[in-house]
Amino acid sequence: SSWWSHVEMGPPDPILGVTEAFKRDTNSKKMNLGVGAYRDDNGKPYVLNCVRKAEAMIASKKMDKEYLPIGGLADFTRASAELALGENSEAFKSGRYVTVQGISGTGSLRIGANFLQRFFKASRDVYLPKPSWGNHTPIFRDAGLQLQAYRYYDPKTCSLDFSGAMDDISKIPEKSIILLHACAHNPTGVDPRQEQWKELAAVVKKRNLLVYFDMAYQGFASGDINRDAWAVRYFIEQGINIVLAQSYAKNMGLYGERAGAFTVICSDAEEAKRVESQLKILIRPMYSNPPLNGARIASIILNTPDLRKEWLVEVKGMADRIISMRTQLVSNLKKEGSSHNWQHITDQIGMFCFTGLKPEQVERLIKEFSIYMTKDGRISVAGVTSGNVGYLAHAIHQVTK
Amino acid sequence: LAAYRTDEGQPWVLPVVKKVEQMIANDHSLNHEYLPILGLPEFRANASRIALGDDSPAIKENRIGSVQSLGGTGALRIGAEFLRRWYNGNNNTATPVYISAPSWENHNSVFVDAGFKDIRTYHYWDAAKRGLDLQGLLDDMEKAPEFSIFILHACAHNPTGTDPTPDQWKQIAAVMKRRFLFPFFDSAYQGFASGSLDKDAWAVRYFVSEGFELFCAQSFSKNFGLYNERVGNLTVVGKDTDNVQRVLSQMEKIVRTTWSNPPSQGARIVATTLSSPQLFAEWKDNVKTMADRVLLMRSELRSRLESLGTPGTWNHITEQIGMFSFTGLNPKQVEYMIKEKHIYLMASGRINMCGLTTKNLDYVAKSIHEAVTK
Repeated sequence: SSWWSHVEMGPPDPILGVTEAFKRDTNSKKMNLGVGAYRDDNGKPYVLNCVRKAEAMIASKKMDKEYLPIGGLADFTRASAELALGENSEAFKSGRYVTVQGISGTGSLRIGANFLQRFFKASRDVYLPKPSWGNHTPIFRDAGLQLQAYRYYDPKTCSLDFSGAMDDISKIPEKSIILLHACAHNPTGVDPRQEQWKELAAVVKKRNLLVYFDMAYQGFASGDINRDAWAVRYFIEQGINIVLAQSYAKNMGLYGERAGAFTVICSDAEEAKRVESQLKILIRPMYSNPPLNGARIASIILNTPDLRKEWLVEVKGMADRIISMRTQLVSNLKKEGSSHNWQHITDQIGMFCFTGLKPEQVERLIKEFSIYMTKDGRISVAGVTSGNVGYLAHAIHQVTK
Repeated sequence: LAAYRTDEGQPWVLPVVKKVEQMIANDHSLNHEYLPILGLPEFRANASRIALGDDSPAIKENRIGSVQSLGGTGALRIGAEFLRRWYNGNNNTATPVYISAPSWENHNSVFVDAGFKDIRTYHYWDAAKRGLDLQGLLDDMEKAPEFSIFILHACAHNPTGTDPTPDQWKQIAAVMKRRFLFPFFDSAYQGFASGSLDKDAWAVRYFVSEGFELFCAQSFSKNFGLYNERVGNLTVVGKDTDNVQRVLSQMEKIVRTTWSNPPSQGARIVATTLSSPQLFAEWKDNVKTMADRVLLMRSELRSRLESLGTPGTWNHITEQIGMFSFTGLNPKQVEYMIKEKHIYLMASGRINMCGLTTKNLDYVAKSIHEAVTK
């Protein structure tokens, strides 16, 4: 007999299931709108030019492969903090922050979750927006915290339930942890406007909540890195010492290289040093020290003026293509004669769009049109191209008319 | 952190690694897309094959699984997290975990952070005779509660450099089988220890042939010199395919909340190398180069100490294996080495053999002589 007879088969990943089914489909018109990775207008993965240039620079330098420090590549973590906080940020300039390299967004979120579990004794509760990225819940749970929710998405309007959010947040017990998506909310694509962010900051401050920002799409949402980081920077300026997870998977296309960072804004530089020492104690028994390749590529891009400029152009290019696909989808739906209000498709931002389609309608899209998405009606706009947007609009119209 | 050094005292990027990196850089069909959660399939299969052997019955019977991990540490952590959740009941944090005395200092933290509450040591190093305390080890295994987990160093024990002989491994395996103890191997130095991949994997393969279900955390940091790319693999050997599949499905969930999916660069280098007969041969050659240099430094240091007539016996220096050696120097002697001779070793008397070069051998030998004779 085996030690493992009682081990249950883990449930299949819902998003992977979409891709598996897509792969098996033989329809030439099939579309995979479950994919959480950027695709170019030919539906192909896109390796940024600035990434290729950085890689060439790395190859020519013939560096050794010595271990990174536990906290990661210093040039990378510093540049990451500056990217998020802004070069003129008082918190950045005074050094009252610590940034450690993390394994992309997930790894950075997990380091932060473990850190809060160990050192934030005031509460075990993490408040997530309803809905949130599916992996947030198990990450915080595995770190030993409990999950709660605040209203966020309004399915009736396919937009932000701002009064519901404010109402719920104003009742969150003091000193709880609240997670906010910095921009391009996943999965809804619904972000607060700046005026709404101001009110959120005020209520969060009033409730004395610990704010955990997840920023996986800086630059990728609006095309402007400063605009996408506005909420993060505003909160800090309001005296809210946030914690922050960043990812370079999407905005630099470094998905499999796992480049990310976790930041804690502290009272002062001395506190930051103490926090850093504890973060290292958490990281060491997890994987000792982080992988170099992705962080080095990101660091070279951020720290080389020409490459940084080129990156900003390319990230805007990706964001613009997404925005253009949203616009084309809506106009094609109108052309099809759809009488529904599809404004939310262009109001929403980032890689994902909550179409508002119901499970039965999603089922039909999959079965009759070979268009694959998750049951909640979420599509990855990155999977839409000028070549297939017409077909998508036609299909959506067919199942909603 | 310990890493290999050349005779010039420099880090060494393996020639085969440089070659493969160039191949990867020139291949514009490659991109940076996510790897699957459990890692690059070609890496996983090849990595486990290296540990278990081409002719492994477990591989033939399709009862092995692999999880690409962030270095050996990452593999240990995933294994530990899984064991805490699923071994010896559900979420049984009370299962004793036994770590050798001494061991790599991070072992303890890995299992503590994975949630285990009862971490114990088992006798290993006999300071008096400067060798393995086999009887103490076996006694601890006899007394350990059934189902306890034992962390075993597959070869090149860190920090003592002292490994059980094949006969001693057989005795260890017999006790573990009788008392239902779980073997969790840490294999960070395969190939790097003796120069032979097969020889360094003997213990792991013996346990497999004895029918154990086991975990083996593999690191490719040292034997591929890929330290900062974090290339590791957790090999799972089970009773049958079905059990292994269910184990992997749960490990996938653990990976998903720890790092989602592993980094691709290092795994690609290893997979490319291991799946090409020519590159594989080149790699084995590079590994032997490193192992041979360390073995040479051991024999040269020992012969110098014996020529000098340094009091004590010094055969342990060549009998020990791998990157580290427990010299047997006491704390006072160590302090002398550090303060007077500027030779840095741990308070335990552990020396990193990679720090020895043909240029400094005489100096180190003389210094040890002085430390012992003062």
